[in-house]
Amino acid sequence: MNLFVLLKTVPDTVEELAVAADDKSLDAEWLRFKLSDADEHALEQALLLKEKHGGTVTAVALDAPEVDDALFTALAKGVDRAVKLTGDLASVRSYAAARLFAAYLKPEGAALAPDSLILLRSQAIDDLEGEVGAFLADLLGLPYVGVVTGIQPDGKNLTVIKEFAGGLRGEFALPLPAVLGVQSAEKPPRYVPIAKVRAAMKAVKIDTVDVSVPEPAARVSVDRMYKPEVAGRAQMLEGSPDEVAAHIVEVLAKSNLI
Amino acid sequence: MANGILILAEHLKGELSDITFEMLGAGRKLADELHVPLHAVVIGTDCAALGSRLGLADKVLVVEAPQLEVPPPSTVAALLKSLIEREQAALVLVGWTNLAIGVGSVLSVRANLPYVNFCRAIRVEGGSIVLTSQLYGGKIFADVPLPGGRGIISVAAGAFPVEAGRSDKAATVEKVDLPVEAPAVSFRRFIEPEAGDVDITKQDVLVSVGRGIQTQDNITLAEDLAQLLGGVVSSSRPVVDQGWLPMSRQVGKSGMTVAPKLYLALGISGAPEHQEGMRAAQLIVAVNTDAKAPIFDVAHYGTTVDLFELIEPLKAALAERKAGK
Repeated sequence: MNLFVLLKTVPDTVEELAVAADDKSLDAEWLRFKLSDADEHALEQALLLKEKHGGTVTAVALDAPEVDDALFTALAKGVDRAVKLTGDLASVRSYAAARLFAAYLKPEGAALAPDSLILLRSQAIDDLEGEVGAFLADLLGLPYVGVVTGIQPDGKNLTVIKEFAGGLRGEFALPLPAVLGVQSAEKPPRYVPIAKVRAAMKAVKIDTVDVSVPEPAARVSVDRMYKPEVAGRAQMLEGSPDEVAAHIVEVLAKSNLI
Repeated sequence: MANGILILAEHLKGELSDITFEMLGAGRKLADELHVPLHAVVIGTDCAALGSRLGLADKVLVVEAPQLEVPPPSTVAALLKSLIEREQAALVLVGWTNLAIGVGSVLSVRANLPYVNFCRAIRVEGGSIVLTSQLYGGKIFADVPLPGGRGIISVAAGAFPVEAGRSDKAATVEKVDLPVEAPAVSFRRFIEPEAGDVDITKQDVLVSVGRGIQTQDNITLAEDLAQLLGGVVSSSRPVVDQGWLPMSRQVGKSGMTVAPKLYLALGISGAPEHQEGMRAAQLIVAVNTDAKAPIFDVAHYGTTVDLFELIEPLKAALAERKAGK
């Protein structure tokens, strides 16, 4: 299979997020970037498919903070080729990103290999649009399924499992080439030691491709960004672990739970 | 001039989802404020009866075809595009759900309208529409004006009250004949939830673990606590994705929706996807070292004490209380 995995680094939401002085973006100074969970799973799924069914995996990412680290880590995990699309990408959101990926994957006049499968996160958390996969599939005229948790290739076709809600899932069939939004890989993402990533940095190069951003890059713009003020915030229990434990037990007793 | 509002009713296995009524209630309010018509759209194989339950809409448009049991986003988007033109609609509301994922984005491209995802508030401000979108796992909100009041809005579950969308009024249902393209993705079958060893939706007490539990071995700590409380262990998505607990224990958007008497959340950040599955719990106590974690927005009580420092004293205090009784 001709596998592609599209990666994107996003701010680590475990860290404190601060809004910048313009009130329209995040304060970059405090951000730590990493692949989102869904990206890690998309990458893992691509590697699993390659191991099981053969082929190559190409990781493609738009230039962004820490993206080199992410791509070298992908190479260390077993990706065959890493590609970084560079340019003036500041205003690029999901739709514009999809157009850039589409132009890279299928340059004008060229065709996608018939056994191509493009995997990426089901949704991004940092974008007003957040659905590059659906945009991309539409631009390339390919079938798309999101929230995928299982992929079984069968010649020119795929059987995929998609999650709905309440544990209910569905099975779908579609032809290759295709775009799939991955929610979870069939196995937890593999761990790669930092020494292997360093070795990849020395041994392999990231290919860089200059791209020009299509206009208009964004259809809507953020008027104001802020931290939510919540009315129903929890009553916080303070003190030592013993004191907090005693307090929780009181709360449970009051609610007749113990 | 285009001005109406369309709502994509969501249904699975013959049941309308709550998000349908959330959108209907929000859409009704917006339509009344803007003095524009509100139409609901039901797409499926045999779904006209579902449409009759959407009385809050001025009109319910039903599109039925055998290949529309669980249609792919491109098929739904193509139908909605026709309906936008037919009804002169300016706004379309779809659910931010696993089922509808991709519909709004594809529709926005085809109809050349902006798309705003993760919406939790819609307001009219000086004649124009401003949306509030939740980003970064609910940690940041963004206010986004819709230029010209036109666009595709993906609505987060739980953003609007379900009850506001229900009505006893008989709906005006109109069947619409539209050409349905042969979908490139064909639906094969439903896969029912795996029957786990326990049904977490039927438990009074859930001790739920998230990424903060750190290792599979640590889950026994939560199990001990759950046993003392007469409950079982459930979890957020990352724990199941790691293979530490089976899918039957997962609470949230893709997993189970639970409403226990007690939901004790250990090391769960509480992203919107998780909150969707547990916010109806009667008592929510959250333990997370990050004071800014969104879980504290839905919890009744919270503490930033490290869960590993808390579990032993909590077990001791519970045992003591039990012995004293």
